[in-house]
Amino acid sequence: MAAVQETVDRVRQIDVDQYRYGFETLIESDKAPKGLSEDTVRFISAKKNEPAWMLEWRLEAYRRWLTMTEPQWARVNYPKIDYQDLYYYSAPKPKKTIGSLDEIDPDILKTYEKLGIPLREVEVLEGVVRPEGQRKIAVDAVFDSVSVATTFQKELKQAGVIFMPISEAIREHPELVKKYLGTVVPTSDNYFATLNSAVFSDGSFVYVPPGVRCPMELSTYFRINERNTGQFERTLIIADKGSYVSYLEGCTAPQRDENQLHAAVVELVTHDDAEIKYSTVQNWYPGNSEGKGGIYNFVTKRGDCRGNNSKISWTQVETGSAITWKYPSCILRGDNSRGEFYSIAISNGHQQVDSGTKMIHLGKNTTSRIISKGIAAGVSQNTYRGLVTAHRKATGARNFTACDSLLIGDKCGAHTVPYVEAKNSSALFEHEATTSKISEDVLFYCVQRGLSQEEAVGLVVNGFVKDVLQQLPMEFAVEAQKLISISLEGSVG
Amino acid sequence: MTALLEVKDLKVRVEEREILHGLSLTVNPGEVHAIMGPNGSGKSTLSHVIAGKPGYEVTGGEILFKGEDLLEMSPDERAAKGVFLAFQYPVEIPGVATMNFLHVALNAQRKARGESQLTTPEFLKKAYAAAASLNIPRDMLKRGVNVGFSGGEKKRNEILQMALFEPAVCILDEMDSGLDIDALRVAADGVNALRSQGRAMVVITHYQRLLNYIVPDFVHVMSKGRVVKSGDKELALELEASGYAQFEDAA
Repeated sequence: MAAVQETVDRVRQIDVDQYRYGFETLIESDKAPKGLSEDTVRFISAKKNEPAWMLEWRLEAYRRWLTMTEPQWARVNYPKIDYQDLYYYSAPKPKKTIGSLDEIDPDILKTYEKLGIPLREVEVLEGVVRPEGQRKIAVDAVFDSVSVATTFQKELKQAGVIFMPISEAIREHPELVKKYLGTVVPTSDNYFATLNSAVFSDGSFVYVPPGVRCPMELSTYFRINERNTGQFERTLIIADKGSYVSYLEGCTAPQRDENQLHAAVVELVTHDDAEIKYSTVQNWYPGNSEGKGGIYNFVTKRGDCRGNNSKISWTQVETGSAITWKYPSCILRGDNSRGEFYSIAISNGHQQVDSGTKMIHLGKNTTSRIISKGIAAGVSQNTYRGLVTAHRKATGARNFTACDSLLIGDKCGAHTVPYVEAKNSSALFEHEATTSKISEDVLFYCVQRGLSQEEAVGLVVNGFVKDVLQQLPMEFAVEAQKLISISLEGSVG
Repeated sequence: MTALLEVKDLKVRVEEREILHGLSLTVNPGEVHAIMGPNGSGKSTLSHVIAGKPGYEVTGGEILFKGEDLLEMSPDERAAKGVFLAFQYPVEIPGVATMNFLHVALNAQRKARGESQLTTPEFLKKAYAAAASLNIPRDMLKRGVNVGFSGGEKKRNEILQMALFEPAVCILDEMDSGLDIDALRVAADGVNALRSQGRAMVVITHYQRLLNYIVPDFVHVMSKGRVVKSGDKELALELEASGYAQFEDAA
């Protein structure tokens, strides 16, 4: 057991300081008073210059939230959250109205530089020396709770794609927001989604008109910065008939001692023949070696395949957060619609992950595919929880599920909790699950060939998750592969 | 002349039980040594301890490699220095293409030796040449490491690695297990092609059969954790005729 023991010992040494993205930017922020009340909701709405209908929508959610209780069914443990002890809004104070990137607070730009986020590259990408044929990525950067910079607006506008902070969309495209907001994740959906509906600060809004293939990958970087500030992102993406969009989301957060609540809501809607590909790389601060600090990541992500022959595909690489509670789901409403969920969830140290998906087959001949790879190290707990259901009218529904878990060391746990319901006799559901331990023999084989222990673990794990990595857009695949090695580097020394 | 590999009075325990009770062996460059013996005589333990597999406790003696203390080195350092173990049961690594594995491993060894990294084209050229000489189809190199390989393919993959890494000492642990006669011949040809003035081999086997193909310079008989008799290749034939029983008592 010595090789594995060594790995386990190193896992124990994982430390706060190793978290590469742990730094804070000292920027004066504009905070809402601590605690949650109707006044907090009004404050946020006023800050955003929202129309009355939006405030009313928020208040309704807030009143609903007061009657709800926090869900307890997930396999995660954390001290009780005092919702009155949190800040619900903070925004970096703009020095003046932003016209171009040059006018952005240099501290903020520096933060992005440290993170390796290519906001500076934007100038290059904007056409100054952009190499021909290079794929473009549009970045709608969310710094704390406010979108600081939005790029590529012009080119997207030409294609007819609307890509902007949701706070702007509420003012500029109220008819679209009104039509879709809360139709996939209703304000009454669950405790955290309802809370989000009341206090969401900002997020992205995307509308792709009929027949348009979005000319670039859209990406947003979320970042939690202000101490004690809950982050409540709200994202809404609509792909109209026959359109296609690929959206990338990646995030990191600075280190801190107090736990931070993050309750995001993401809603996707696809109409007939449309497709949305949504990819996430999540690398928030996971807490220190004693399990202190770290982000509480309670997220509701759901896609509605509203039209026939539409498709929604979720891909996630989850390596951060102290607690992850997240089930990106698909409602397969349109006939022949398709849902996909590809997931890599890595837990290390004291992290707790309870994640999975829901595939709800409502339409005829709907298909879904779930590939989940969980990797547990340290004293972490990693749970896959998934629901596959076919309703009475879902003739010919098909699902394939494969859940594989890999354990590193003998102090961690992997759990698979599948729920399968078929109310239509023609539905065909397949479920495969494996749990294995990273074997000492495999590691020894690798080190005998000259790899270090750490390189060996990285190689084996990257092989284990290969099927999912392949689903990521090119821009993210390399980054994700590095991230996986880094997060295990943190774990193995 | 400094011996390439020198095992001196080696005593090894596994979980409180002594497996090797003072084993000595000297291997010079260019030599091929066969180590024979019944099950449980400690042959595989010897190969594992030389390669540095965790789980064995060395309680006495030493192992020198080119005069350096091998036991002080981590297994990957030993590999970079030129110690190669061809596994009896090569492991499968799903999702990691054989080609990628070989490239990463070779570069890790080169890095440890302070040599330049091979670029992908440089590596491919080298790997394809080595694979061709061993009759290994390119398609096999694209598959996951040993995943779905036949017994013969797994052993050929081991020999391919031996050819690529160019080690100073090759330890072949029961290379013949699980191979039919044709596969054995192919594997043995591969090994013979790698015999050279500067390289030594330690061939561990139950059966004399393998030694018809890989003809050793020296044969050692192990029993109960010691070398009980050493001789030339004739000793292997003698063993084939009379069995190991005579040595069980001698130990």
